[in-house]
Amino acid sequence: MERREFNKMLALGLAAGLSLPTLTRGARAANFDYDVPRFGNVHLMHMTDAHAQLQPIFYREPQVNIGVHGARNRAPHLIGQALLDAYGLSAGTRESHAFTYLDFIESSQRFGKVGGFAHLSTLVKRVKANRPGAVLLDGGDLWQGSATSLWTNGQDMVDASKLLGIDVMTGHWEFTLGADRVQEIIENDLDGHIDFIAHNVKDFDFGDPVFASHTVKEINGVPVAIIGQAFPYTPIANPSYFTDGWTFGIQERELQLKIDEVRAAGAQVVVLLSHNGADTDIKLASRITGLDAIMGGHTHDAIPKAMEVKNPAGMTLVTNAGSNGKFLGVLDFDVRNGKIKDWSYKLLPVFADLLPADPDMSALIEKIRAPYQSRLSEVLATTDDLLYRRGNFNGSFDQLICDALIDELGADVSLSPGFRWGTSLLPGDEITMEDLMSQVAITYPSVTLSEMKGDFLKVILEDVADNLFNPDPYYQQGGDMVRVGGLDYAISPLAGAGQRISDMALSGKAIDPSRTYKVAGWASMQPAEGEPIWDVVARWLRDQGTIRAVPLKEPVIKGLSGNKGVA
Amino acid sequence: MNHSIQSAGMARRNFLRLGAFVAATAMLPAKLLAAMVRPADAFTATGLDSTFAQIGGIPELHDGIIFSTPDIAENGAVVPVKVEIDGNKLPKVDKIYVMVEKNPNPLSAMFNVPAGTKPYVETRVKVAQTCNLYAVVDVDGKLYMAAKETKVTLGGCGG
Repeated sequence: MERREFNKMLALGLAAGLSLPTLTRGARAANFDYDVPRFGNVHLMHMTDAHAQLQPIFYREPQVNIGVHGARNRAPHLIGQALLDAYGLSAGTRESHAFTYLDFIESSQRFGKVGGFAHLSTLVKRVKANRPGAVLLDGGDLWQGSATSLWTNGQDMVDASKLLGIDVMTGHWEFTLGADRVQEIIENDLDGHIDFIAHNVKDFDFGDPVFASHTVKEINGVPVAIIGQAFPYTPIANPSYFTDGWTFGIQERELQLKIDEVRAAGAQVVVLLSHNGADTDIKLASRITGLDAIMGGHTHDAIPKAMEVKNPAGMTLVTNAGSNGKFLGVLDFDVRNGKIKDWSYKLLPVFADLLPADPDMSALIEKIRAPYQSRLSEVLATTDDLLYRRGNFNGSFDQLICDALIDELGADVSLSPGFRWGTSLLPGDEITMEDLMSQVAITYPSVTLSEMKGDFLKVILEDVADNLFNPDPYYQQGGDMVRVGGLDYAISPLAGAGQRISDMALSGKAIDPSRTYKVAGWASMQPAEGEPIWDVVARWLRDQGTIRAVPLKEPVIKGLSGNKGVA
Repeated sequence: MNHSIQSAGMARRNFLRLGAFVAATAMLPAKLLAAMVRPADAFTATGLDSTFAQIGGIPELHDGIIFSTPDIAENGAVVPVKVEIDGNKLPKVDKIYVMVEKNPNPLSAMFNVPAGTKPYVETRVKVAQTCNLYAVVDVDGKLYMAAKETKVTLGGCGG
């Protein structure tokens, strides 16, 4: 039906004399099928890590996403062709473009931008249309990541997520707005609209819960319990002063008790809405019983199919739904007489040119952006190279940030956090203030210049490397490796803690452990005084005018032959 | 709803602060008693092996001890630890020790469990660097333990 309508529109377009490029793009519409027939009677839609991207964007999936030990060569640590092979997908297709970095520039030009809340809204409405009672879950990192979310203190995303129809959410970057602001939003805006749930956030002194732990939704007569798992390491990965007095953690035992409690109270389906990160979700699923699914986020992994993870009492599905509004997960259960008989899962990419913008959402986004339009659209520079962030090591946009820090602060070395959010720009694109803010919009943006001994620089790199490559995912934090400017090094991901980093050098000269270096950075864990990172990088970009090729400071990777997480 | 949960926590904290003052003045005899049974040599021992030696030997691993510590410490200066005992597997416990392997003095705490008391303790310990933490129990002079690693990290760079 919808496809027929689309073809009709196409015919009309022909008659109206639409330009040829639009037509070619339209003709490819048939290559992706958004008709997802109803299955079963319990319907959950899942999005996660939108990072406040209200507008359609480009987002390049990682070219390096190394899995070590138990995570080696299994999802989500499969990149490019290895991912296509594992899931039976073909190169050159829309799926290939959605799930991999392959031919990113050419595919982006062919298939256009992805995500955008107006387009996502249309998809949500379509999926809902043949799924009465469907519930929309958001895994967190919804209120942070853009200029407007920072400038409105998260209000733009709160308003957009209510209009989108999100029913339940949990959090991570939300907390960097500060505990008071989070509580204010929950009380003033979410009450009666969105359940904010997190079983693993407690008062540090007494262990009292800060948020509701779970919510029960009756979907077509079936009681479904959704338990919230906020990012367990929020006060470690982000400044702890934002959540003073709260303690987080995975809290496995408490989770098991909660699952047993909601089962005893009559829940027939139990789902964990998680911001753990994929590897932690997979480990948790193998140890906890009574969970039907973990719908996860945090590590921004778009896993095309649900993973079936065995545990001592059965099986738990694990899904992870990508980031930046690029995907919508749809999980259906067929529940009969209180038991799950069958299930179905699809992860749908949101191609903006195939999903017409929802007019109400478009109007809201326009209203949100209007007061900021001139700031957002300021052109800082143009780029000849592809700019992106995601990947275990330096992305080209981070390289610009690192290079800007060295030039502007007069540093020997610069460090930039291994965030996984941050959108992509194609060669020839203008770099606007909005694009820059999509890499740096945080509530602790001050730049710092410190004197640091060579051996401490190694301690920092080792510390972050262990947060990425610890054999046990419960000891990982889910960020990528710290980005570096000026510095060359080698890394052995399989080595033990403190043993992974070697060959550190500055302009070909070995780093001296006892020499003092000037190190620039931003996003400090302690309160810091300094210019916000966006002012520093904006000034540098204006000076550059045009960004030509961006040579990456990528480490030499050792000891990983045959690893399908690196090309 | 969340607000009221917060308020209840605050009220309780203020109440306990008041209580702490009363308790401090009433506890002198208990403090003297504690000094008598406090194994000073165990608390000042350096290194895990000599700490074990001071309390009577190397404990055996036992799954009746349920030992909770954070996988990654939020603040190494105040790391919450919890020791619970599965009464079916360990019906009687006389003492509970908490040790931090790589601290200058590994023994952080010792609790006497009077007969008829449910063995359950929660406390905060300092953890100087990533290492194993141990919960050790004494049952009629026989020692059992559970171990768990807690990581101490510089933080940052997440997600």
